[in-house]
Amino acid sequence: MGGDGTPERTRVVLGEVAARRRPTDRSHADLAEQTPVGEALVKGLVRAQLSLALRLALVVVTGLGALPMLFVAAPTVGAVKLLGVNLPWLLLGVLSFPFLVGVGWAYVRWAERNEQDFIALIRKPEQ
Amino acid sequence: MNPYLVPGLILVVVVTVGIGAYGLRFARTTSDFLVASRAVSPAWNAAAISGEYLSAASFLGVAGLILRYGVDVLWYPVGFAAGYLALLLFVAAPLRRSGAFTLPDFCQVRLSSTALRRLASVFVVFIGCLYLVPQLQGAGLTFTTVTGGSYVWGALLVGVVVTANVALGGMRAITFVQAFQYWLKLTALAVPVIFLVLQWQSDGRPSVAPPAGAVFPAATSVVVEQDATVDGVEVHKGEELYYDEGDRVPQVSTVDAHFGPEWLLPGGERTLFATYSLILATFLGTMGLPHVLVRFYTNPDGASARRTTLVVLALVGLFYLLPTLYGVLGRVYTPQLLMTGHTDAVVLTLPEAALGGGHLGRLLGALVTAGALAAFLSTSSGLLTSVAGVVFTDVLRAGRGGSVRDFRMATLLAAVVPVTLSVYVSNMDVSRVVGLAFAVAASSFCPLLVLGIWWRGLTDLGAAAGILIGGGAAMVAVLITVLGPPLDGWAAQLIGQPAAWTVPLAFLVMVIGSLLTSRRVPHDVGATMLRLHAPESLRI
Repeated sequence: MGGDGTPERTRVVLGEVAARRRPTDRSHADLAEQTPVGEALVKGLVRAQLSLALRLALVVVTGLGALPMLFVAAPTVGAVKLLGVNLPWLLLGVLSFPFLVGVGWAYVRWAERNEQDFIALIRKPEQ
Repeated sequence: MNPYLVPGLILVVVVTVGIGAYGLRFARTTSDFLVASRAVSPAWNAAAISGEYLSAASFLGVAGLILRYGVDVLWYPVGFAAGYLALLLFVAAPLRRSGAFTLPDFCQVRLSSTALRRLASVFVVFIGCLYLVPQLQGAGLTFTTVTGGSYVWGALLVGVVVTANVALGGMRAITFVQAFQYWLKLTALAVPVIFLVLQWQSDGRPSVAPPAGAVFPAATSVVVEQDATVDGVEVHKGEELYYDEGDRVPQVSTVDAHFGPEWLLPGGERTLFATYSLILATFLGTMGLPHVLVRFYTNPDGASARRTTLVVLALVGLFYLLPTLYGVLGRVYTPQLLMTGHTDAVVLTLPEAALGGGHLGRLLGALVTAGALAAFLSTSSGLLTSVAGVVFTDVLRAGRGGSVRDFRMATLLAAVVPVTLSVYVSNMDVSRVVGLAFAVAASSFCPLLVLGIWWRGLTDLGAAAGILIGGGAAMVAVLITVLGPPLDGWAAQLIGQPAAWTVPLAFLVMVIGSLLTSRRVPHDVGATMLRLHAPESLRI
């Protein structure tokens, strides 16, 4: 849509439309028709993405979630100074943010790879 | 009064309304108003989401809490940022692919239940109000602190500006407004902090937690606002107390604050329950905040929703490095706030207190106040848009084909209650109420979204039971905390920080309820799962 509300003119070429329609694409049809094979494919993707998310969540739970316990179990950790700053301040106030961004970055990378694998599986079935 | 203040504040309001009006030129249909026709680039979108998210609680409240309680409350900024990681891991891409614009929409898409949709609408409006009232209150309090004017006018002023802006510009406009306000808020904290740290260096790096307790950096007078005991000596309302440079800051009986090692070191077992409750509420609550989810619809597809969320996480994390410094330096330069209890004002008062009343101090003081105004404006705009969106589609029943005039009507309806409440309820604790809004969101919408996206077995009855029991329990706890009498001991912990028990309760009820009613699993759940998780390029 252009800024003035008129749709942009698009050229329709019959060859392109024909090329876009993939003939006898089994996996694609399996997905569309909800056959048991299609269901299994989607379940595989969901499981892969969920286990990735859960594994990274576990990294955060052990990395950050264990800190309050650590401070209770070993109160001396709180008094340790690094660069003149008490360790808990440094861990929570500064380092936790790049840690979270790093985990997020890894997730985006791996989640996209899972999706690429899924697309490859659908596009090129039975090798 | 600071001479730079009024021009600075007027500039923020004029630019906000100006960008809103500029956006209006592009907004022609209702769809433009609601979702900006999805023509927003990820960088703009991420800045807008961050701008919308960083509220008064982040801009003023976090620094105030750190000044008061020290290391234990660093979990607030960490949790506010980590909430976006949970959103990224479990919700972002599938939610975008579901095509849901609001949480009630998601109920419809996933479970095709109108009753559940209504229940979700009730919670969206409750959470929206719970979050909106303290924003307006914060505006009123800032107005009083900075200008000495009346609280009601400050709250009303921000309420009217926000309502007009949302009603006239809609979402397209506020995308740009919010993005502008993120950068304004970051600048407003980052620039003064450079001067503050340099000043602290040139003062010979005074200790932020001296062993003998905090001391006054200059001669200070404090006016007593209510009867209390100061270091065991009774004082009465109206008296004025004088302190010399280097005097120790006394403890006031009516102000809860931590001193010495209690401030510097983690609290240990005493605060363990509250800490974990806070972690649960903030980590899982962000995904359930109504104004956060609406934004995901403006991404073109699931993959870009994921990337946008990652950028948001980075932007929000960058911002949260700053309030800590204000809280810590406030310990050195504005310890009188620990006596008055107005710790939320530390960000506003610190530049002038540390750098003196010269031009630099006043200019930076005006800058942080402008940033605070941006914080109220942007978060309240986002909240109001999302609450208005729910009122528009679910109360007025306009649907996507409704007119722009209906949306303006919905905005007015959505604004009336919180603005009125904020005028009459001025004694609620701002940052605590915001934390409670997170607890309600984490106990109602978080289980709905996570189970709805990842578990085929979820049923409409199970979801409704989970929201009613888990979210309802959190809601009741919030109402008791805000309106009820003060509590002691374990009851105070369980009611004051409910997330640690209401979130697991909501998940448990939702799972058991769904298993018991497994015949009600939607027959098209396979197709829905395909739609939520398959990349768009495979759309059939």
